[in-house]
Amino acid sequence: MSELIVNGHAYVLDAPVGRTLAEVLRDNLGLTGTKIACGEGHCGACTVQLDGVPVLSCITLAHTVPGREVTTIEGLREHPLVDAFVEADATQCGFCTPGQIVSASALLEASPDPTDEEIKHAMAGNLCRCGTYPKIERAIHAVANTGGGG
Amino acid sequence: MARLVKTEKEVEGRYTEQWVVVEEDALEQWPAGPLQTVGRPATRIDGLARARGEARYTQDVQLPGMLHAAVLRSPHARARVNQLALEPALQAPGVRAVIGPGELEALTDQPNYEGQAIAAVVAETAELARAAVEEISVDWEVLEPLLDADEAMRQKSFFDDPKRYERGDVERGFTEADAVVEAEYRTQSVLHNALETHQTACEWEGDTLVVYTSTQFLWGVRDEVAEAFDLPKDKVRVICRFMGGGFGAKGSAGDYTLIAAELARRTGRPVHCRLSRREENVNSGNRNPTIQKLRLGARADGTLIAISAEYVCLLGWDGWLPPTSGPAQMIYACENVSTVEYGVRLNAPPMDAFRAPGFVEGTFGLECALDELAAKLDLDPLELRRRNHADHDPLDERPFSGKELIECYRRAEPHWERRHEVRARSEGPWKRGVGIATQLWYGGGGPPSYAWVRMSGDGTVSVLTAMQDIGTGTRTTMAQIAAEELGVPLERVTVELGDTAHGPYATVSGGSSTTPSVGPAVRAAAGDVARQIREIAAQRFDLEERVLSLSNGKVHSADGGSWPLEEITGLLEDGQILGKGARGPNPAGMRVMTFGIQVAEVAVDVETGEIVVERVYAVHDIGRVINPLGAESQIEGGIIQAIGHSLSEQRLLDPQTGKVLTQTLDAYRLPTIADVPEIVSELIDAPDTHLTNLGSKGLGEPPIVPTAAAIANAIRDATGAAVRSLPITREELLRALREAEERQSAEERVGAASA
Repeated sequence: MSELIVNGHAYVLDAPVGRTLAEVLRDNLGLTGTKIACGEGHCGACTVQLDGVPVLSCITLAHTVPGREVTTIEGLREHPLVDAFVEADATQCGFCTPGQIVSASALLEASPDPTDEEIKHAMAGNLCRCGTYPKIERAIHAVANTGGGG
Repeated sequence: MARLVKTEKEVEGRYTEQWVVVEEDALEQWPAGPLQTVGRPATRIDGLARARGEARYTQDVQLPGMLHAAVLRSPHARARVNQLALEPALQAPGVRAVIGPGELEALTDQPNYEGQAIAAVVAETAELARAAVEEISVDWEVLEPLLDADEAMRQKSFFDDPKRYERGDVERGFTEADAVVEAEYRTQSVLHNALETHQTACEWEGDTLVVYTSTQFLWGVRDEVAEAFDLPKDKVRVICRFMGGGFGAKGSAGDYTLIAAELARRTGRPVHCRLSRREENVNSGNRNPTIQKLRLGARADGTLIAISAEYVCLLGWDGWLPPTSGPAQMIYACENVSTVEYGVRLNAPPMDAFRAPGFVEGTFGLECALDELAAKLDLDPLELRRRNHADHDPLDERPFSGKELIECYRRAEPHWERRHEVRARSEGPWKRGVGIATQLWYGGGGPPSYAWVRMSGDGTVSVLTAMQDIGTGTRTTMAQIAAEELGVPLERVTVELGDTAHGPYATVSGGSSTTPSVGPAVRAAAGDVARQIREIAAQRFDLEERVLSLSNGKVHSADGGSWPLEEITGLLEDGQILGKGARGPNPAGMRVMTFGIQVAEVAVDVETGEIVVERVYAVHDIGRVINPLGAESQIEGGIIQAIGHSLSEQRLLDPQTGKVLTQTLDAYRLPTIADVPEIVSELIDAPDTHLTNLGSKGLGEPPIVPTAAAIANAIRDATGAAVRSLPITREELLRALREAEERQSAEERVGAASA
């Protein structure tokens, strides 16, 4: 039995070896804000942070992350990006949105006032089929401009 | 008294006659322009739920005791199952049931395309179900698939007789033409790739089947499932409160739904059946490829006098013929038009509707050919489009219910004028250019759709209608309409949708029909409540009903008195004011269409074939705009999908085996945030005065229609190369560049010889 720390809470990890972090978050812990859209690390919908760094939880095995800090969208619900995404209309169907916000918050942590190029670079791994990209850029800039990223 | 009338209904170019019951006191349209709530930007009322990860999608449904299904799908494009051993799967760990061909109509032992369902397993976890599928042993007899378009045409492998259309005398038209262009255009198969894959969870509650599914059409799924399981329609309840995108491919129940329902019936437990991304990309629908042979003729002044077009539509094993010839028949006022469409059946996965099916493909060919014609005539492409404007529907002379295309052209002018400055920015191998293309599409919606509106004693409002929000923001749009009619702030309105057991019938979210179909019903229902409030207030304050009006959360009287709504509704304590509304008929004898034009700016590296779309301007006419913010998002999303269609997306089939080679999202290249140009958009926002109590049309599809042609025309403008095939790969661009060079040197030789 190992320990999983998610959004500041410690959980006993009770899952077979080989289970992905995404499955553990969703099925064992009921944290369904993390979405699985491809299940093979190509789309970014399942993005969570591991010690502040964005990772793809659908290809991260849960047993490889004991003792490390996992942050999901549920741990970022009060982040200013959430309101900024709504204000900018950066969510259409919304299925990719949690992953987008998780990636964007890591970006703002690393670079509080990112350029357009930095945003494109940091967010290119998060696909949005509805095409909310211009609005996502706007939302990230809005938070950066108010200094709310840190 | 209710009046029964017949009206015309259209979904994605397919017209049907529809009986509709009309209430006598239809509401007058609101005045044009932004009102209190309607016409003003509103953030999504469910935006927070989505952004916080609280919205429950079908993928998130977790029912007590829920099992998971996995499907054995044919790895062959055409085969026969000689022997099938399901027993080993049944013995596998955690497995609760297995079904095969003969046990459910959705399962077959003679697959005709890769991915067709053969058998299904249900187990305690999805992992165990997938593992058990591997245990099924199949003795396949692999048969030769029909995959080649030319061979299929030779064999006449058609769904129906070719669809022919003719007006005037096209051959005479060509003999009178001063300029003729002739070219072949090809469009590829494109995959929807909604991020939530197709999926369903089914649970039997007594004799009622509850279906949680990611769908664009709750009621369509209800009817299909009821028929498949021989149930009365209301014994099937379909629920979809949040869904992760559809783009046309989620209009029907799908094999996964029928499999989940049958396995739930057999096991007595809830069952979830979810397609993997790879299944999604093989088996859940696609935009069908086309081969288009076009010939256009015009007089020297630009008047189009002949269009002939042949469309070979490679539909796959199943599907329907989308209206690919629509743009050629309808955009321009051309006297002589002849089109033929072949719906070709191949051993390939079936097509499904994809955002403006047919018109996206047909517009690409037509609008590219038109620009080639403009070059030949030495006419400005925008001017050529203006000169051939159709004042009425060229199909049958019907007037349009509303058409602001000339205004769209006028607004596009300054963006089109940028071409001189854009071209001047060409540098080294990077050539720059600008292209335009006109958009025509349906989007008027139709009956039936219904809504109920409920006002409680505290003055809060609930809109109930069993429609769905596929990501377009319909909750917000409907709330705005109700808020406007009742004169209350938007915050007071909640919208309950996504459940056939909660609220009345509403249309499919397809064909850009949601807002123009359900919106008028919501307004009518809110109007019913408003009328009752005025009646109650009139009696309470001893006033005449006609002097009362509702705004700013108050009832106002013409003499200056006003009362908060709660003062009137509060009289009823727990009582509620209930309103109902229905979508009325479409305007008789008129054609309802949406219009627009887009202007694309590109940079092309003529040495490497790299193409960058730098800017797209879009202006569309969709009648009254309800939510300008959500509308802008629809336009941007449509253009971004179109950029994918234009430059990078392509489903590849192995030409020998018919297997899909692009099953994953690294092989199938969707646009990312790094591929997005500057997008500038505007809407005409003039109510269609003939259409319903709203004057609004749909916007889901129009923005995706003209982009590919505008990009191709911009590439021609930049380089002289006429690209004629989607996606515009580097190979296609370099081919077109070579062709242009050869043409130019041939012209120079001719010039030198005659000099």
